[in-house]
Amino acid sequence: MKTILLIEDESALQKTIGEALSQEGFSIVSALDGEAGLRLAQDKRPDVILLDLILPKANGFEVLKSLKEHEGTKNIPVVVLTNLEGMEDIQKALDLGAVAYLVKSNYTLQEVVEKVKQVS
Amino acid sequence: MAIREIVAEFNIVAQARKYGIPWWQHPQFLFFVLGSVIAFSSILSYALGRQYIDDPHVIALLIIVFTGISLAVAFLITKSFERLAQAARIKSEFVSIVSHQLRSPLSNLVWGLEFLMSGRAGKIEGAQLEYFQILKENSSRMQELVNDLLVVSRIDEGNLPWEQKEFSFEGLLNTILKEYEPYMKASNIQFQMQGQQNLPKIMGDSSQLHHVISNLLENAVRYSWKEHANSVPAKERESRIQIRYQKKGKNLFCEIIDNGVGIPKEDQRYIFSKFFRSSNVLRHETQGSGLGLYIAKSIIERGKGSIGFRSKEHVGSTFWFILPFQHSNNLT
Repeated sequence: MKTILLIEDESALQKTIGEALSQEGFSIVSALDGEAGLRLAQDKRPDVILLDLILPKANGFEVLKSLKEHEGTKNIPVVVLTNLEGMEDIQKALDLGAVAYLVKSNYTLQEVVEKVKQVS
Repeated sequence: MAIREIVAEFNIVAQARKYGIPWWQHPQFLFFVLGSVIAFSSILSYALGRQYIDDPHVIALLIIVFTGISLAVAFLITKSFERLAQAARIKSEFVSIVSHQLRSPLSNLVWGLEFLMSGRAGKIEGAQLEYFQILKENSSRMQELVNDLLVVSRIDEGNLPWEQKEFSFEGLLNTILKEYEPYMKASNIQFQMQGQQNLPKIMGDSSQLHHVISNLLENAVRYSWKEHANSVPAKERESRIQIRYQKKGKNLFCEIIDNGVGIPKEDQRYIFSKFFRSSNVLRHETQGSGLGLYIAKSIIERGKGSIGFRSKEHVGSTFWFILPFQHSNNLT
């Protein structure tokens, strides 16, 4: 069973996405802040990471950078899922190595699930 | 640091961009113009005073008083300009922050509903589904409105995202039509397209132009109904939309023609302004934010093009836009 790490500070969103993904047969681990997310990524070595950008403790960019710097986590595909949609933010996340950048309000839940299936 | 801040205060072009006003309306620039006028008129009054007043002390005193009053007036004028510019900027920032804050709970709402409606959290019965549908439509509307508000605040701040790239207009049009075909079919619309083949590529932001065309097309569909439909002969009752495009000189010329309700004459001059919705439309439709055409105009103008329309109530509207194939920024 493939594991998805969800780093998202909105617990309601975490629940919805987590539920939708687990019904598709994924196993879910989730973190509410950047630091916890990094720790879980090291411990659990998930198959895909869904990462919000505005996060407490360490923001999404810092998390992404750190993930890509560490041998154990640098090959895990990271999908950014956020409400930031500035060109600079998108470019920065892609430069740091995110495989996809999804603006929450432009995607349906099903489309997010499809994206995760596609990269996992 | 302090010196850099002082220098930044005098960088009129940058400051004007920050406040979202043209440089010639910037307080610092106005202050400079007023200062020059004051200096010039002081010299002039000195020259005149020398001719008509004998005592140099009186002349000096007069000039000091005159200059003092002029400076005070100038200061007051520029100060109030500054306040106005700042108020406009704060308003725009406020809209941007509020819209951002609204987006997260809205995503929760929309995705939560989607999950419920998919039946994955338990079966949903007939009547419930109807109400879920209402919730879904309204939350999507709110989401669209928030998105539009964000775009407007970016336009007002002069920060519209713009990715200059070469793209094919026909390709873009086909993508949009694929999205809209089901919607047009469901609305019983006869659609026709008539375009010139092998157009040159356009230099601009295709996703922004996507926004413009979608908006014009959506308006054409949304306002395709007929008032007093029953008294109209069957043939004229049929809703038709046509897209025509061709190369005109160095520009692309595209028009979207409908035979819908049209825009009343008295409303036509406001059609591109923010939050404006036509009176005949308001009678029938609650949807729509009144921001679509304002955004469309801003985008087309950002691409160095122009947009316009002609319309007759009960007959239909034609919205057109012109865009240069090569953005002039690129040539300079």
